[in-house]
Amino acid sequence: MTEFFQHAVNGLSVGTIYALIALGYTMVYGVLKLINFAHGDVYMVGAFSGFYLADLIGVRSPYDANPPGGLEVFLKASFVTLASMIICSILGFAIERFAYRPLRTRARLNSLITAIGVSFLLEYGFQLKPLIHSPIEFPPGPSPRFFPTLLERVPMDILGVSTSNYDIIGFTVAFLLMVGLQFIVYRTRFGTAMRAVSFDPQVAGLMGIPVNRIISGTFVLGSALAAAAGILNAAARPKIDPLFGLIPGLKAFVAAVLGGIGSVPGAMVGGLVLGTAEEFVAGYTDSSYRDAIAFTVLIIVLLVRPTGIFGRVTAEKV
Amino acid sequence: MGRLLSLFRTFLPFLVGLVVLAGLQAVMPPVFAVILLYMGVNVVLAVSLNVVNGFTGQFSLGHAGFMAVGAYTAAKITLGLSGFQFPVLGYAVSQQLVFAIALGAAMAMAAVAGFLVGMPSLRLRGDYLAIVTLGFGEIIRSIIENMKFLGQATGLSGLPQRSNLIWVGMSVIATVVMAQRLASSTQGRALFAIREDEVAAEAMGVDTTGYKVRAFVISAAYAGLAGALIAHAIQLSTPRMFTFIRSIEVVVMVVLGGLGSISGSIVAACTLTVALEALREFQAYRMVAYALLLILLMLTRPQGLFGTREIWDLPFFRRLLRRPALASDGGSAGARPDSNSAGGTR
Amino acid sequence: MSAPLEVTNVTMRFGGLKALADFTLIMQPGELVGLIGPNGAGKTTAFNAITGVYVPSEGEVKVAGVRVNDEKPHQICTRGIARTFQNIRLFKQLTALDNVRIACHAGAQSGFFDALFLTGHHRREEARIRARAEEYLEVMGLSHRRDEISRNLPYGEQRRLEIARALATGPKVLCLDEPAAGMNAAEKTNLMGLVRSIRDRFGLAILIIEHDMRVAMGISERMLVLDHGITIAQGKPEAIRKNPKVIEAYLGDAYLEEKHIAVPPQENSK
Repeated sequence: MTEFFQHAVNGLSVGTIYALIALGYTMVYGVLKLINFAHGDVYMVGAFSGFYLADLIGVRSPYDANPPGGLEVFLKASFVTLASMIICSILGFAIERFAYRPLRTRARLNSLITAIGVSFLLEYGFQLKPLIHSPIEFPPGPSPRFFPTLLERVPMDILGVSTSNYDIIGFTVAFLLMVGLQFIVYRTRFGTAMRAVSFDPQVAGLMGIPVNRIISGTFVLGSALAAAAGILNAAARPKIDPLFGLIPGLKAFVAAVLGGIGSVPGAMVGGLVLGTAEEFVAGYTDSSYRDAIAFTVLIIVLLVRPTGIFGRVTAEKV
Repeated sequence: MGRLLSLFRTFLPFLVGLVVLAGLQAVMPPVFAVILLYMGVNVVLAVSLNVVNGFTGQFSLGHAGFMAVGAYTAAKITLGLSGFQFPVLGYAVSQQLVFAIALGAAMAMAAVAGFLVGMPSLRLRGDYLAIVTLGFGEIIRSIIENMKFLGQATGLSGLPQRSNLIWVGMSVIATVVMAQRLASSTQGRALFAIREDEVAAEAMGVDTTGYKVRAFVISAAYAGLAGALIAHAIQLSTPRMFTFIRSIEVVVMVVLGGLGSISGSIVAACTLTVALEALREFQAYRMVAYALLLILLMLTRPQGLFGTREIWDLPFFRRLLRRPALASDGGSAGARPDSNSAGGTR
Repeated sequence: MSAPLEVTNVTMRFGGLKALADFTLIMQPGELVGLIGPNGAGKTTAFNAITGVYVPSEGEVKVAGVRVNDEKPHQICTRGIARTFQNIRLFKQLTALDNVRIACHAGAQSGFFDALFLTGHHRREEARIRARAEEYLEVMGLSHRRDEISRNLPYGEQRRLEIARALATGPKVLCLDEPAAGMNAAEKTNLMGLVRSIRDRFGLAILIIEHDMRVAMGISERMLVLDHGITIAQGKPEAIRKNPKVIEAYLGDAYLEEKHIAVPPQENSK
């Protein structure tokens, strides 16, 4: 029985990461009807941003002879996280502004190809040998790096399930972010504008909504969340490399589709469900099929209920 | 006599091709031959994908999966029959025949895979179809990676090197002829109709799902052919050869050439093959350059090189090939001449 | 011989909204029926229910005696119902000839094999289709436009092309959705004559949705009036013109009061 709960906890841990990334996909799809293939790579950039920032501000390992105090740990960790989120927000803004916006009037296929291009650019750009060496070695190159330990890992055993303070903090941060996003989407004017644009961009524009700014804002929000996910994930699973955003990105997309693409609560639920499903299947059967789970879920969803759990069915007027 | 003549017309391109290719194979230095081989395979891939993405306007991202099915099918056959010799024929001829059978089987199996993937998927629209086909491609790869019978992650090696200019060249001819004949036929027009307006096509009696599936199956079959050819060129068939990155590379070729343009796909496939080979020394920069090229092209010329038109429709070429002027041809899908035009000369 | 089209008590529900209620229409061969009503009355919904775009929530649609409720639009088309669209839906990038040729092929299944191998059968079929398509273009006066990309055609010709395309499917019933929209008076008069001559030449029944009263009343032998999904009147054009319920639906009850026309008590929607 404890094994069951163990898998559940692990699943939630992975699921929150998927959920945070999925939110970016779903929001962008909602307003632009575009699958932002580059989103998984923004997540990767988030992790690397954290990596470089930690290096720059000199994070002292908690396992050193002279470990940093609680306040220092808290401040540095917060700074790294927030600064990464800001960096990725800017990145997301730039991608939308320069790669997607010019193609908004064109066929969607073109935007999809561009998204793929941006994704490749980030992935392979980061795999180049370092061009500058100080203050940081950038690009990082293809070899994996190890995310520094910002916080000492304290293993915990709750009701026979082994977890750690990482999981607790991870859940809390993710939860707070998601609550924050819910608030923004449903209680602020920006959020209402965002939802209006996702229903009908043309009419929203005619009603006086600055559509371009709302879309940029959507990208900014989504990218910030992806960065947070990158940091949270890297803290628990420190090995990062330029290509490591690909698979989580795809899985997060599946999560978004599962929850109903375009639906914010859907992305959260979808992420958690997918994470737990993955953990359970990998735990009880052959874990080498782990990645295929996501795609199988995807296909089942698309064939049985393409609009996902929370999606709305829109009929086309002929 | 008429029957014989019509048979001749059907197979003429192949006969001419066979002669030309045999000659080329004899004289071509190996360095160039390899590049031509890759070019040929890419042309087969690009043109076959164009049938689904360009003609029918569906967005398939799973081409690599069908390549894999074809490659592994052919590999299993050539490996299994590697020492085999038919009763009357010599060893060399037998092995060529085995290869021919392997290619045929590769196409057949890939077609079946195309049907199995296409049937459920083609009910879905645009983006969803793209993702589902990508998913199926990855699932196929995942299955292969886990099957001992297929060599799991290391794949199958030691395949006989059968692909040469003749086989690849004939495959290219087969693919291009297929696409061209399809485009100037009623069935092809139905595909264009589906691309233009699916609702209207359905209302005019076109079984849209049926046609979409058929296009998908044909496209998959030729992808399988390409897969088999490449596997028997590098003598290897591994799952890593058929990732969704490969699918995307083919999509890029099709979009660059112009969705719906056969000649565009050919030109784009050849150009990109050469470019990628030439840039091979620059390794990592190669992919970055590729990515930038993609983005730039989408921003500046999204319709690709030729849009939906063909290079053989340009006035220069029309005069060269002594084709009638466009106006009297009648019935072009974005300026594609009808092969049965009344009063046309050939 | 069964009626080419029998629509019995068809109701269309979208969520809680009843877009069409108890719609009944039986068309005889060669009949010209007009379907009118204010905007949003459910006319195009009726078309969509008949042609298979929507599955009727209730009721039955029979084409030549065969129930087609669950059939896909392309199947219903081969049974003999063809239509045009309110917002023209031509195959924009294709030529006029191609637009019609596609419809000529209606119902034919595969033939992929024939196409790829350029068989004699295929070539003969192609020649036949081409000849038929040319004929329909000529009927609609569009022969000179055969190689023009359809989206470049002037509006009036695009509408005529859509009709030619629908005709090419060889229907028993032709459904025209606002064919006169956007035309000037002269074009409308031409259209009226054209529709009648199509009926005479091809012997098919025509169901026409129209907003322009002159056109609708000029063409129709019989009319149905819809309002909010309900059939409020049926009959010959002269009777419809004077029907107070119809007048009320279009002009409102204030007009009726002003003109001192009595409003008859509410009846069933037949």
